[in-house]
Amino acid sequence: MILIVDMNYRKDSVGYYEFVLPIASSIKDLEEYTIRHYSELSRTDIDRYSRIILSGNALEDKQVLTQIEDFAWVGTCEKPVLGICAGMQAIGLIFGSPLKRCLEIGMTVIKVVKRNPLFFSSFKAYELHSYSIQPSEELDVLAESEKCPQAVKHKKKEIYGVLFHPEVRNREIIRRFMDL
Amino acid sequence: MRFAVLYSGGKDSMLALLKAAEKEEVICLISMISKNKESYMFHTPNIEITKLQARALELPLIRRLTEGKKEEELKDLREAIRRAEEKFKIEGVVTGAVESVYQAERIQKICHELRLWCFNPLWKKDQEELLEETMRKGLKVIISGVFAYPLDKSWLGKQIDKEMIGKLVALQQEYGISPSGEGGEIETTVLDAPLFKKRIEIMDFNVESDGNSGVFQIRKARLTEK
Repeated sequence: MILIVDMNYRKDSVGYYEFVLPIASSIKDLEEYTIRHYSELSRTDIDRYSRIILSGNALEDKQVLTQIEDFAWVGTCEKPVLGICAGMQAIGLIFGSPLKRCLEIGMTVIKVVKRNPLFFSSFKAYELHSYSIQPSEELDVLAESEKCPQAVKHKKKEIYGVLFHPEVRNREIIRRFMDL
Repeated sequence: MRFAVLYSGGKDSMLALLKAAEKEEVICLISMISKNKESYMFHTPNIEITKLQARALELPLIRRLTEGKKEEELKDLREAIRRAEEKFKIEGVVTGAVESVYQAERIQKICHELRLWCFNPLWKKDQEELLEETMRKGLKVIISGVFAYPLDKSWLGKQIDKEMIGKLVALQQEYGISPSGEGGEIETTVLDAPLFKKRIEIMDFNVESDGNSGVFQIRKARLTEK
């Protein structure tokens, strides 16, 4: 069972349709999933799932970044995790990587800088963010745009973050995460 | 939060409005009237009907005329959104974008410049599902424009129902057209919806068509009791 974490400003928000449901539709034929808002998760809940996807949220939505303590479980999680956009920002903060201003909206060229199982060569992806992260030593940078890091992986765990939105364009990246 | 909906009078902007209204407060509508029939952003037949739809919804409508020249029309849209912010203190904008990264990117940029939230509640929604939801929610929608083979004038003015959805999906399989008109194959006009206090009755219309392209132009309409 997959857990999709809703990263929007509140449970049952209008952002759910745009940032959560397209992820669900990307994996619906592959495995059963549950959707939960980040504010209602406990460590015990996390252990019930085989892998976890953290959604993105709206450009103006900074709520989740002020409640980063809600993601302490990511630090000790041994399951595969994929953070998308705000999800990558949250993963970055948990592993000591501060946010770094980087505004990108629309289709952007992503250059792969480290071999990894999710993507293999340069590609174009849909972006909607005003911050990237400045990766700490715990994270490897897997891909970059001209402006900032676009994908990271924890050095010892199957924890990935992508700043772009693979649920909009490049859904195969989510499917490859499902195969890890 | 207080939202304005970018409202063209078709099924997508109406469905987006209904979804937004379930979660937040919809304060006003914004309609762009484009003189350019080729505009990727705004053009739609029967844009004038948005005046009646706004009255049916009992919501104020901000209308702005645009020449529809690429990128220039975005300045006009920005101005209309800015006016909604000034007049109705909106905090965000809702659109009916489903697949178009071109439209979504441009509207997101305008909202970001104005420090407004932006949501697309139909984003990446399966097109057959979108049509079915339109019906489930009780929208009365007619086809007001066709622009692709093998569609023709026989579709114009017809109401979208279960049978028509079946036909559109079959055309997708055979000819690759988008059943909900995402590629501009069809345009629609909403005549009734759950939040409408009254429904729209068409009094007079005109059909203009040429092969696989045509429009159902509403010339006269009125609000009547539901």
